[in-house]
Amino acid sequence: MIAATLRRRASRRVLPGFGLSLGVTLTFVSLILLLPLTSLVGQLSQLSLSQYWFLISDPRILASYRVTLLAAAVAALFNAAFGLLMAWVLVRYEFPGKRLVDALMDLPFALPTAVAGVTLATLYSSQGWVGRWLETLGLPIAYTWVGIALAMAFTSIPFVVRTVQPILEDLPSEVDEAAVTLGARDGHAFRRVILPHLWPALVTGTGLAFVRSLGEFGAVIFIAGGKPFETEITSLMIFVKLQEYDYAGATAVASIVLATSLALLLVINLWQGRFTRRLHGGGA
Amino acid sequence: MLRLASSRRWFAASTLGLALALGSIGPAQADQPRELLNASYDIARELFAAVNPKFVDWWQQQHDEQVSVKQSHGGSSTQARSIMQGLRADVVTFNQVTDVNVLADAGLVAKDWQAQYPNHASPYYSTTAFLVRKGNPKQIENWDDLARDDVELVFPNPKTSGNGRYTYLAAWAYADQAFDGDKAKIEAYMKRFLGNVEVFDTGGRGATTTFVERGIGDVLITFESEVNNIRSEYGQDGYEVVVPPVSILAEFPVAVVEEYAERNGNLDLAKGYLDYLYTEEAQRLLAGFNYRVNDEAVAAEFSDRFPQTELLRVEDVFGSWPEAMKTHFASGGELDQLQRR
Repeated sequence: MIAATLRRRASRRVLPGFGLSLGVTLTFVSLILLLPLTSLVGQLSQLSLSQYWFLISDPRILASYRVTLLAAAVAALFNAAFGLLMAWVLVRYEFPGKRLVDALMDLPFALPTAVAGVTLATLYSSQGWVGRWLETLGLPIAYTWVGIALAMAFTSIPFVVRTVQPILEDLPSEVDEAAVTLGARDGHAFRRVILPHLWPALVTGTGLAFVRSLGEFGAVIFIAGGKPFETEITSLMIFVKLQEYDYAGATAVASIVLATSLALLLVINLWQGRFTRRLHGGGA
Repeated sequence: MLRLASSRRWFAASTLGLALALGSIGPAQADQPRELLNASYDIARELFAAVNPKFVDWWQQQHDEQVSVKQSHGGSSTQARSIMQGLRADVVTFNQVTDVNVLADAGLVAKDWQAQYPNHASPYYSTTAFLVRKGNPKQIENWDDLARDDVELVFPNPKTSGNGRYTYLAAWAYADQAFDGDKAKIEAYMKRFLGNVEVFDTGGRGATTTFVERGIGDVLITFESEVNNIRSEYGQDGYEVVVPPVSILAEFPVAVVEEYAERNGNLDLAKGYLDYLYTEEAQRLLAGFNYRVNDEAVAAEFSDRFPQTELLRVEDVFGSWPEAMKTHFASGGELDQLQRR
């Protein structure tokens, strides 16, 4: 009933006037997104192409891209697997404390990232509660790239859980029951019936988590160790350049991170558009 | 419907709140006491929290005027950047000569600021010292021990921290003396020294946490003042302080940000504040925080706290700060070369 009312009202438009709302939207997009981006491009324009190339292809900076990309990729894959699992558990099962676990999923968003970083470093260092045991197994976590990936995974897991969860909620368990009654075994039903529906959301969530990890500074910096060529992340290199009053250098490196993130988001969007069209036979 | 009503009430309340907030930013009242803003480095919070009330009393006695002092703390370079971007500080009390130089280059501080106050405008100084674990199990006595294969070091990143920069310069100055200026030998030593670093934190306090709380490394290298504060903070038993026989002189420069002090009408107050730091009373306070001071009476009083060491000036070993920055810390400079694989 309510849904029907909403749908009827939607055509009358709840917000006042197309012109006004679009105007406000564009103003805010300009102020909050475009203005800082413009000033970034402005800083970049002080550099010649060869200077720019020299700055972004310094071996130490290249090493930092490698560390950052590797750690972010591992963190994103980890989150894809465990985020999907968590979303599944939260949607499909009832258990005491479910609301609490659900709320906990947002904790990484709420917690200041520096606090997360300090806590993780304390836990996973060779003296920490967890790190002590892992160290005896020959698995040092803190101050290695694994630690960086861990901090990235921590800060970005809500992206996967919160994008997959609503899709899963829209998918009643009758769907997998139907698949099973039609003769699909459990694993088969999941792969052929459920996963295709979750696929776009899962990829979007994982992509967002990856992009977020690329730029993460606060949480990672405390656990990274900052050893040249080994555990220096790209955002640390930007910070270093700022400390040297080298604004142009900082923006040059930042532009690489930004371009990578934007390109990735664009690819995900395009892919998702194609996927949706294929799924709905070109209709939607 | 309920939701709509409550949101409308919320809107009204927030509008009212905004109006009140805007209203309170009226013109300042004339009879309000003058306010001095001191922009300082990160770990000086406790120090200036102790100094400021004493200065207020001192100023009251001298000039019969009630004033107040506000503090702003952050990384010294970050502070310099904020001031250039408009933080209207009257005085700066930094731990980096270069960061005051940046302000001088921007025309906010007088070009000859180092000549305006005694001891190169550095009312107190310190040096880099070592904190080792109880009983000094690795037998660390001097800088050459730090380049041994079995020693792990923790100190902040020289690229992001002034503290770390001093450590780097101190090690270089030691090697310069030990190897009689033989550059190949100095660089070989520095390579081994830097290679022993287990964790590069971005700042001094971060390095302290890594060493103390996480138990990483055999030696923490940081300011002598900080080393002593850690010992009193975390107990005398767990650690030992080693002050090497030769190290670098770390000046803590002060300057009036003339451009802003004048505009704030605080020029005399700002100058008075820096003068006060040289008085015996303030020097005693500073020595209490484990900084070395030049006031002879106070220095004699605290002599047991500060072992005799040979302190080298950056200007004498490296020519000048700008030169040291350019050769060693700039992109592609000596430090980058040493850390290249």
